[in-house]
Amino acid sequence: MIHFIIRRILIAIPTLLVISFIIFALLDLAPNDPTGNLPMTVPPEVREKIRVSLGLDQPMHVRFSMWLFQFFVNEPLNLLHEGFGITIGDSENRTRILSWSTRSSVIDLIIQRTPQTLWVVGLSYLFGILIAIPIGIISAYKQYSWFDQVGTFFTMVGFSVPTFFTGMVAIIIFSVQLKWFPMIYDTTLVVDSWSNFILQVKQMLMPVMVLALYNASQLSRFMRASILDNLNLDYVRTARSKGRSENAVLLIHVLRNSLIPVVTLIALGIPTIFSGAIITEQIFRVNGLGQLLIIAIESADIPLVQTLTFLFAVLIVIFNLIADVIYGILDPRIRYD
Amino acid sequence: MLNNNSILKVNKITTRFLTQDGLVHAVNGVSFNLKKGELLGVVGESGSGKSVTVLSLLKLLPMPPAEIVSGQAEFEEQDLIQLDVNQLRKIRGGKIGFIFQDPMTSLNPVLTIGYQIAEPMRQHMGLSYNQAHKRSKELLELVGIPNARNCLSSYPHQFSGGMRQRVMIAIALACNPKVLIADEPTTALDVTIQAQLLDIIKRLRKELGMAIIWITHDLAVVAGMADRVAVMYGGFIVEEAPVEELFSNPKHPYTLGLLKTIPNLEGKRAEKLESIPGQPPNLLVKPLSCPFGPRCNYSFERCNRENPTLIDRGKNHKVACWLNADSGERL
Repeated sequence: MIHFIIRRILIAIPTLLVISFIIFALLDLAPNDPTGNLPMTVPPEVREKIRVSLGLDQPMHVRFSMWLFQFFVNEPLNLLHEGFGITIGDSENRTRILSWSTRSSVIDLIIQRTPQTLWVVGLSYLFGILIAIPIGIISAYKQYSWFDQVGTFFTMVGFSVPTFFTGMVAIIIFSVQLKWFPMIYDTTLVVDSWSNFILQVKQMLMPVMVLALYNASQLSRFMRASILDNLNLDYVRTARSKGRSENAVLLIHVLRNSLIPVVTLIALGIPTIFSGAIITEQIFRVNGLGQLLIIAIESADIPLVQTLTFLFAVLIVIFNLIADVIYGILDPRIRYD
Repeated sequence: MLNNNSILKVNKITTRFLTQDGLVHAVNGVSFNLKKGELLGVVGESGSGKSVTVLSLLKLLPMPPAEIVSGQAEFEEQDLIQLDVNQLRKIRGGKIGFIFQDPMTSLNPVLTIGYQIAEPMRQHMGLSYNQAHKRSKELLELVGIPNARNCLSSYPHQFSGGMRQRVMIAIALACNPKVLIADEPTTALDVTIQAQLLDIIKRLRKELGMAIIWITHDLAVVAGMADRVAVMYGGFIVEEAPVEELFSNPKHPYTLGLLKTIPNLEGKRAEKLESIPGQPPNLLVKPLSCPFGPRCNYSFERCNRENPTLIDRGKNHKVACWLNADSGERL
């Protein structure tokens, strides 16, 4: 297992290098002008100076190498310096990846935005799982019962209706008409008292539920299908022939087998917590990572887009590895040596 | 009704399956009597209702689509058919043990062998984890698995088919059942492993003194193991007799045909094996005439009109046929 993990990490390094180059090349090849959003009155010489100040006069390979060096060397060293007080080298004059539009550090922006995303999207993912697994189990066990029919209907709706639509509907009903929840997520809210906590819960509820519905719909379909695949297998009959109760048959024998593909799916879906809720965050004005990416794209902030996209790629590679490891733990038939 | 040396008395079990194509008449009023310590062989081709009959007894069939329409099964002064699933659970794996056909799929792939053997003991005998673990080891040794201690923490995929079937036997015997139901336990195994398992069952039967229902389509296995044989065809028992009587003096045309399909070591080399012409009966049709009639060389007008019932022709030899094979008399 250790060998497998080490081998996979070693393979991940060239993979990520290639990915980072592809992202960089695509962004560079795109007809993109960071001064394009400036007023028409700004003369071309000034625009040219701005481009030079952003380093755009350098050839592509130099800029790519700069980014690589900043991302893999300077930024980690800076994190060590700021987070743990460990200083290696000259931490004062180290160049960092800077956002073109705000001139602030890209990594600092990302660190600022991450908690909102984790709270809102992460919680919705967690709720989605907690709702989906029981629904999937009951739907499969009582296949074609009214519970299954109703569940199938709702999961079909939840799965096929996009979150920007359910989000809008939720806002119209619960914010505009009923005025139960605020329409806009207030990031400046500090939870220091009970009433502020209630406010925080209120403003989180709609985005979390809209996303949870979507996640739960998808997962419960998988869970149901996976349970159904196992329910008629011979080992289930063997378990019954031993006199085990239906609960034990279902929750020990069937569930252990059915969870293998589902857990893998859950692990593979975790990177989408960071990246996937782009549209939902935009609708509810949650200023998380998804919204940051949209702003970056709109303002042609290439370093920010490049760094965010690359971080999503890193997460996907990492969670692929984690999914494989979990798969091996859950299923004794899988061995990695 | 229940005489003293009888342990399981099955009376007119009828099981049907409701499928999209219609009602499948899988078992049509099967009755038999299992005596204490006896090994009853049940033979018949695929789809003759052997497995469905025994699975019906403990409701181990998926219901729906299966439905037990009528019948009784007396076991320890209870009618198994009347019991609900919770009451049956106390009997399943405890007083009646099961061995299934395919050892490759009958064990749970993600649970250890030790856990799976211990399950019935913890369920029925109330053993603690450690007690069950100890007995599991003994059971594995009993069924001839060397190095039992290590095997308990292994998973099924680490075992060969023969080893897995030994594990299945250990599971079935874990609670010292009064009745062991073996549903084609050696069909999926190769011949040498088959022979080893038959020896184990023979030995354990003597040691533990349980009654066994042995379902197979292998007549040779039945000849070597059984005390009594029931031949099934189209969801009916068509002939039932003590093993020697059946093999030396078969009375039903189907049994006769079956015995002719066995290759004979003393026969001439060029001799062709006989087969029974025709197709097995369509179970979607409600059986109102003799199910074997259309394939039978001896059938006459009554066979197509009425279904024969099982009649005792002496020496505990029961046959369901309108033709008296001894006298040639048409009933």
